[in-house]
Amino acid sequence: MQSPQIFSFHGGIHPEENKAQSLQLPLGRPSLPSELVLPLGQHIGQASRPLVNVGDRVLKGQIIATNNGFLSSYLHAPTSGTIAGIEERAIAHPSGLSDLCMVLWPDGKEEWTELNPLDNWQAQDATHVLAHLAQMGIVGMGGAGFPTQVKLQGASKSPLTHFIINAAECEPYITADDMLIREKTAELIEGIEILQHLVKADNVVIGIEDNKPTAIAALNALLSERGSEIQVAVVPTKYPSGGEKQLIQLLTGKEVPSGQYPADIGVLCQNVGTCVAVHDAILAGKPLISRFTTLTGDALQAPQNVEVLLGTPITHLLDYADSDETKLHRLVMGGPMMGYTLDSAAVPIVKTSNCILAATKKELPTPNPEQACIRCGMCEQACPASLLPQQLLWFSKSQEHEKAEHYNLFDCIECGACSYVCPSSIPLVQYYRHTKSSIREAREANVKSDLAKQRFEARKARQDAEAAEKEAKRIARQQATAAKASTKATPAEQAEPAKAPAAAAPVSDEAKKLKIDIAIGKTKLKKRQKELLAAQEAEHLEEIQALQLQVTEQETQLAALEARLSKISATPVVPSSAPDASREKAPVNDELKKAKVDVALLGVKIKKLNKQLADTPDDQETKDKIAGFEKDLATVQAIVKKLGTATAPATKAAPENSTAKAPINGDLKKAKVDVALLGVKIKKLNKQLADTPDDQETKDKIAVFEADLATAKATVEKLSVAPAESSTAPSEKTSSNKATTASAPPIADDLKKLKIDTAIAKAAVKKVEKALKKAEEIQAPEADAIRQQLVEAQQRASDLDKALADAVNGTKTTDSTATEAKAEASVPESSAAEAKPSTPAAPANADAAKKRKIDLAIAKAGIKKAEKNIALLKEQGKDEAEITASEWPAKLLEAQTKLAELEAATDAQSQENN
Amino acid sequence: MFTVLLAIGVLLLLALIFGGILGYANVRFHVEGDPIVEQIDALLPQTQCGQCGHPGCRPYAEAIANGEAINHCPPGGQATIQALADLLDVEAVPLDGDHGAESAAKVAVIREDECIGCTKCIQACPVDAILGAAKQMHTVIADECTGCDLCVEPCPVDCIDMVEIGVTAQTWSWEKPQGIAASAINIIATDRQTEVTH
Ligand code: SF4
Ligand code: SF4
Ligand code: SF4
Ligand code: SF4
Repeated sequence: MQSPQIFSFHGGIHPEENKAQSLQLPLGRPSLPSELVLPLGQHIGQASRPLVNVGDRVLKGQIIATNNGFLSSYLHAPTSGTIAGIEERAIAHPSGLSDLCMVLWPDGKEEWTELNPLDNWQAQDATHVLAHLAQMGIVGMGGAGFPTQVKLQGASKSPLTHFIINAAECEPYITADDMLIREKTAELIEGIEILQHLVKADNVVIGIEDNKPTAIAALNALLSERGSEIQVAVVPTKYPSGGEKQLIQLLTGKEVPSGQYPADIGVLCQNVGTCVAVHDAILAGKPLISRFTTLTGDALQAPQNVEVLLGTPITHLLDYADSDETKLHRLVMGGPMMGYTLDSAAVPIVKTSNCILAATKKELPTPNPEQACIRCGMCEQACPASLLPQQLLWFSKSQEHEKAEHYNLFDCIECGACSYVCPSSIPLVQYYRHTKSSIREAREANVKSDLAKQRFEARKARQDAEAAEKEAKRIARQQATAAKASTKATPAEQAEPAKAPAAAAPVSDEAKKLKIDIAIGKTKLKKRQKELLAAQEAEHLEEIQALQLQVTEQETQLAALEARLSKISATPVVPSSAPDASREKAPVNDELKKAKVDVALLGVKIKKLNKQLADTPDDQETKDKIAGFEKDLATVQAIVKKLGTATAPATKAAPENSTAKAPINGDLKKAKVDVALLGVKIKKLNKQLADTPDDQETKDKIAVFEADLATAKATVEKLSVAPAESSTAPSEKTSSNKATTASAPPIADDLKKLKIDTAIAKAAVKKVEKALKKAEEIQAPEADAIRQQLVEAQQRASDLDKALADAVNGTKTTDSTATEAKAEASVPESSAAEAKPSTPAAPANADAAKKRKIDLAIAKAGIKKAEKNIALLKEQGKDEAEITASEWPAKLLEAQTKLAELEAATDAQSQENN
Repeated sequence: MFTVLLAIGVLLLLALIFGGILGYANVRFHVEGDPIVEQIDALLPQTQCGQCGHPGCRPYAEAIANGEAINHCPPGGQATIQALADLLDVEAVPLDGDHGAESAAKVAVIREDECIGCTKCIQACPVDAILGAAKQMHTVIADECTGCDLCVEPCPVDCIDMVEIGVTAQTWSWEKPQGIAASAINIIATDRQTEVTH
């Protein structure tokens, strides 16, 4: 076995090694700590997703968190115990921030879960083995914690010339890999062989620095004993020969091009720790739950290497190695060159923690203050990545990110060699880290803003398309109405004979609608049934039940619809008085329409003339004409009104209340529209008046319109009262059972509306208050006006609140009376033998009980709210308090009495039931 | 006479040839749109908040191209002003306070149990980052929200909060070293001192 050729890389430094301290004692195994803290993000990529709940008991080696995407990893319980929490804990991170961790309380039994070694790994498919490695939570243990299976997958894409095992361990103080090679030589070799098989590499080289003679001897002995092809390349000690790219250059002479990966030049690099973990995972079935870590530094009395469970708090390890609190100056995670200072010793060991350095003040003194760069060029000499650190520093300081990138800032491996040699003690790496993260942030912001731009533009395109479509529809409609008007004008009398079919129309219309409903219902039913079948096949129990319910519901609905349809198709045979009313209505409606068209035409004419008048203000003729038209308009409007009122009573006379309500509603709507139109007209005229203040004519017009407006408003009021009456009337007539069911939903709806109104009003109050505050700040003159608004808004809010309370009360009282009525009704019903006995009474009772419960809940919530508000007001102690303080206590009292009442009622009811 | 005609003819020919080449180049290397507007738009933060007084970032980009001041965009802050100044080769001015102050990145959060399902916020959101339907609970897709604030005002029950996006271990970034100014020791006694410590 000849030793492989060794090349060299640019730069590098020789800091003091300080490795002997931690090698004096044999490998230690600390006791179980009282709790293990396992961060969910111990690797590069997405944090793992917890699989167990707080309070669960887990076994040693059990998966407790699963991978969360491609670039993610599994997490296992390092020992048996209970999950005490999944919470934010301080983690080992340069920021000192906390992150989501699983906290495990060991039970000391060390009970293993069932282990599944992959014994016949040679015969297995590579993807299968990789999946197994992923499930064992193996990540790169050298530095960043890159999921191993992902790295192996990337390497298997192109043929490998070299497979390099990184045992260089170049950073001062750290000896964990050295110890690992000594302790687990056989496991390491077997792990390398498994990986070699997986990536089909012929040329396997272990790169190791010449300062580890014991480890080198052990490796060589075992390799020659096994007759292995694996080579050991002893490289001279130089920092940072353990950097992936540097080691590759040392062993192959090839440089990894900027922005590329080792796999791109046919090289794969793996850390020794990872190889041992792979061995354990494949041959023993053990997941990655422990690692070798160096505990060193002059503040420790017993520096040594330990095999430690992941999640062990560093405080526990410091105790184990006899740390001297008085000497401890800086606690570093990692080595002195690339590590970072820890704010707290409570953070846990993770998969990538290779060293804890408890340094004294003498060991790691506070760095000297930064001086100006003297352009000595020593940093350039030291840089293993052949960069120009002083240029990078320059661009970093002046935030010229583009130029820094152009000078290959991202090839910097943050080794710290430049800072180490810099005579001006400039923290160069700090600058680079800062610049790198700012560039990364800017890139992310760019991605986000691009996304926002895309979405914004997509939305605009959509809105434009919608507007265009609407416009097109509007034009089409206009044309259609124009065409209709021209055809309608002449055959006005043709409407007479068309009356008879028109009378039949409503009934058939309803029938049609019902038919459509039924068709829809049937398709829905079919769909549900299909889903049900699928669910039954797939054996989704919950889904089956839900779907079954839906199907039966749909079926009953369908049956009801069909029943109604048959009833309706039967009714036209016996036309009652209803068609009469509608027939009467039809001509009246026609006339009304005609009159309205006239009104519109006259309006247009008047407008035209007015325009003319504006051009020629002294034209007496046009003025006369306008006056004439206006008179016409007035008469026609009068006709319209008359007809409108005529239709109203006609429809009112209709026999069925339910049908009567609809036309009234229509009238109401029309009247409301009229009101709105008149309002607009008056406004317009007022504007005109403002332009020409002396125009008597417009003034008159305004007066007329205002009068119209008043009448229109009156009709609106009348009409809106009418439906209320009509809705209450039938409910009295129908049986008490129906009354409750019929009146409950509208009340509930009203209640909801009221609630929403109240919420809106309250928000308005808040908004106005905000505005007031702002106005007061800038001492705007509008402050008074805003204050006025505020008072109004508050008034409205409190009014609505009161209304809401009343409404809630109202529903309750009606409910209680209804239930009483129901109770009474149920008594004779049950006594009467021929009626369905007692069965309908039970569900009615249940319903009432439910309602009462809901009421109770509402009342309780009301009390809570009132109390909260009072507390808040007390806290604030502001002038608003004076306004509302009197109101909330009253409300609280009200709510409390209500609650008491309700509770008494419930008690009574339950006793009755018993 | 002939020579004069010949000269004119040759010149005419040359003019035609070069005219043809120029015309072809104009068609062949035609540049779509207004590139400066595109470039400006690319620098704006695309929050689409309208604080600059324009209905979105692109209109402001057009306005800048037409000579409007570059310091009207609060979400972009000083960084955007600097970038714009570099692009347009003008002086970087401080942010115009009339348009608002630079603030930390925020994201809208709907208090979902208070939402009445009015859909007003959906209509206000310039990037369709709100999900919901009439009378249904609404929610904000945090990844898509630009933190523009536009949905807060229209909400009739005031159930939308703007929450600052905190720093997590994933989004944390290294601080810039304090630099030379922070140090009190100077090599040469005549160096200008920003601060004297004894
Ligand atoms: S930290 Fe970066 S710039 Fe400095 S020596 Fe190392 S690789 Fe070169
Ligand atoms: S080593 Fe320090 S002083 Fe010398 S050139 Fe590099 S940054 Fe400047
Ligand atoms: S202020 Fe800035 S982010 Fe907001 S719309 Fe204007 S340019 Fe866009
Ligand atoms: S959710 Fe609100 S804050 Fe976020 S982008 Fe949409 S409107 Fe702006």
